[in-house]
Amino acid sequence: MSSLEKSDVARLAALARIDMTDADQDRMAGQLSAIVDAVAKVSEVAGDDIPATSHPLPLVNVHREDVVRPSLTQADALAAAPAAEEGRFRVPQILGEEA
Amino acid sequence: MTDWTRKGALEMADAMAAGEVTSVELTQACLDRIAAVEANVHAFLLVDAEGALATAAAVDADRAAGKDLPRLAGVPIAIKDVLVTKGMETTAGSKILSGWIPPYDATVTAKIREARMPILGKTNMDEFAMGSSTEHSGYGPTHNPWDLDRIPGGSGGGSAAALAAWEAPLAIGSDTGGSIRQPASVTGTVGVKPTYGGVSRYGAIALASSLDQLGPCARSVEDAAALHQVMGGHDPMDATSLDEPLPDFVAAAQEGRANGLKGLKVAVIKELGGEGYQAGVKQRFEESLDLLRGLGAEITEVSCPSFEYALAAYYLILPSEASSNLAKFDSVRFGLRVDEGGTTIERVMAATRAEGFGDEVKRRIMLGTYALSAGYYDAYYGSAQKVRTLIQRDFAAAFEQADVLVSPTTPTTPFKLGEQLDDPLAMYLNDVATIPANLAGIPGMSLPSGLAPEDNLPVGFQILAPAREDARLYRVGAALEAALTAQWGGSLMAQAPELEVAR
Repeated sequence: MSSLEKSDVARLAALARIDMTDADQDRMAGQLSAIVDAVAKVSEVAGDDIPATSHPLPLVNVHREDVVRPSLTQADALAAAPAAEEGRFRVPQILGEEA
Repeated sequence: MTDWTRKGALEMADAMAAGEVTSVELTQACLDRIAAVEANVHAFLLVDAEGALATAAAVDADRAAGKDLPRLAGVPIAIKDVLVTKGMETTAGSKILSGWIPPYDATVTAKIREARMPILGKTNMDEFAMGSSTEHSGYGPTHNPWDLDRIPGGSGGGSAAALAAWEAPLAIGSDTGGSIRQPASVTGTVGVKPTYGGVSRYGAIALASSLDQLGPCARSVEDAAALHQVMGGHDPMDATSLDEPLPDFVAAAQEGRANGLKGLKVAVIKELGGEGYQAGVKQRFEESLDLLRGLGAEITEVSCPSFEYALAAYYLILPSEASSNLAKFDSVRFGLRVDEGGTTIERVMAATRAEGFGDEVKRRIMLGTYALSAGYYDAYYGSAQKVRTLIQRDFAAAFEQADVLVSPTTPTTPFKLGEQLDDPLAMYLNDVATIPANLAGIPGMSLPSGLAPEDNLPVGFQILAPAREDARLYRVGAALEAALTAQWGGSLMAQAPELEVAR
């Protein structure tokens, strides 16, 4: 396990959809490396014979009757949207160039 | 003249029932106090005087008409801004949600309304509950009423400070790794993290879904029990909600206070103490153990060797879940959008998230993205999940030997604002004693055990119980609290310095 380089930070920022300046990438690389180095110790005790736990208490699947229930109105659902048009969320262009 | 802000929640409820005071008077007293101290404390992000007084007036009218009312009807409450409140701005401490008015109520918000409790406002918190000091709030930090230059804990520092500054008798918190218990510890108040699934998470803005749990914050164990009673219970809107009857927490607290703890087995967790723990913290902890002995409890020590890895596992599991939960802030359905025009949604999202999220949120999203990325998943996230199994096994073995486990809630008393802001790892260490409970889903409580002699700042005592045994926390907590207050000649909060008030 190795510490994070600035290029790793740039890649992660792109994956996480967060713009990051050059200076921020430098700072973040140092901080994240320190954290990653500290948390890497989990592998010391994680033997093959130990099952993983994803949830604190045992869960069973939850079902409900398939009946219509009251829900948000279209107006309520759109009320907080940065942009809406014709009863829909309005978004910036999806593709970078004409297909 | 009675200063009602100094009374507890159940005292207020009894006084209203006896006709000594009205809910409007109580609510106004809290609002006046908020106006007097908020400039220095900054516990609230939003104060809803009009809404709170309207609820109070309706309760008073129903009481005057002789109608049956819930136990805490008319008792004012503050709600952590992580909980959505219909028609009332909710930000979770983040700039990305600035101005967001939720179109629905969280289940716990709805329960507070059904209980007819006036909602004073929304309390400050670290952004999306990521932090131990409220310094990561997008709206400026909260100040600890015991010393305004110090942190009130986090993420629920606003809720804890509102109690400690006498602004509210009750508050709601959320605890993912200690965000209820650590602020309680550093402000001399009481905070409880219920068993995972004991309180509905529907409408609580998610940080890490397998760790998050809402819980009560109060100035006494019995008040916390009464609020837990209101908040808890099964909710079909939360698939992880426990479908089980809610025990009587208030009765458990009363039982502990009245009958002591004869025969109770208490075990000290060896790994949560010693090196790194402040001298005054250790001293007050030992003194509380003596009081427990005096109440009839038998004290032993247990070892939980995997706890050494709990913090590391937590800071892999939490960021992983958070990076996924926070993907919903995509500039489309709610919240901020930074759009210079003429560019793609992907660019708009990245610009929006760069501007809307603070540093700590970015750090944890990036860390989670890293831990979950191809090639690293097994070594990081996979290993962390195995550590979670080991921690659960440690707890299971410890609870074979004891009814409750105890430790100091935090290694130190509150530090100065700014002191750990640039050192994320130092900040993370504040939660070293509280995190194991979240990883295992078990309930935990922090109650004040005195002031550290070296700095006269509050020290918290943590009690942990097996899953579904939250009532045990109230029984033991109330017994210890009674012994401590008898020794102090009043509550610890009575020793808090008076805040300067605006006139």
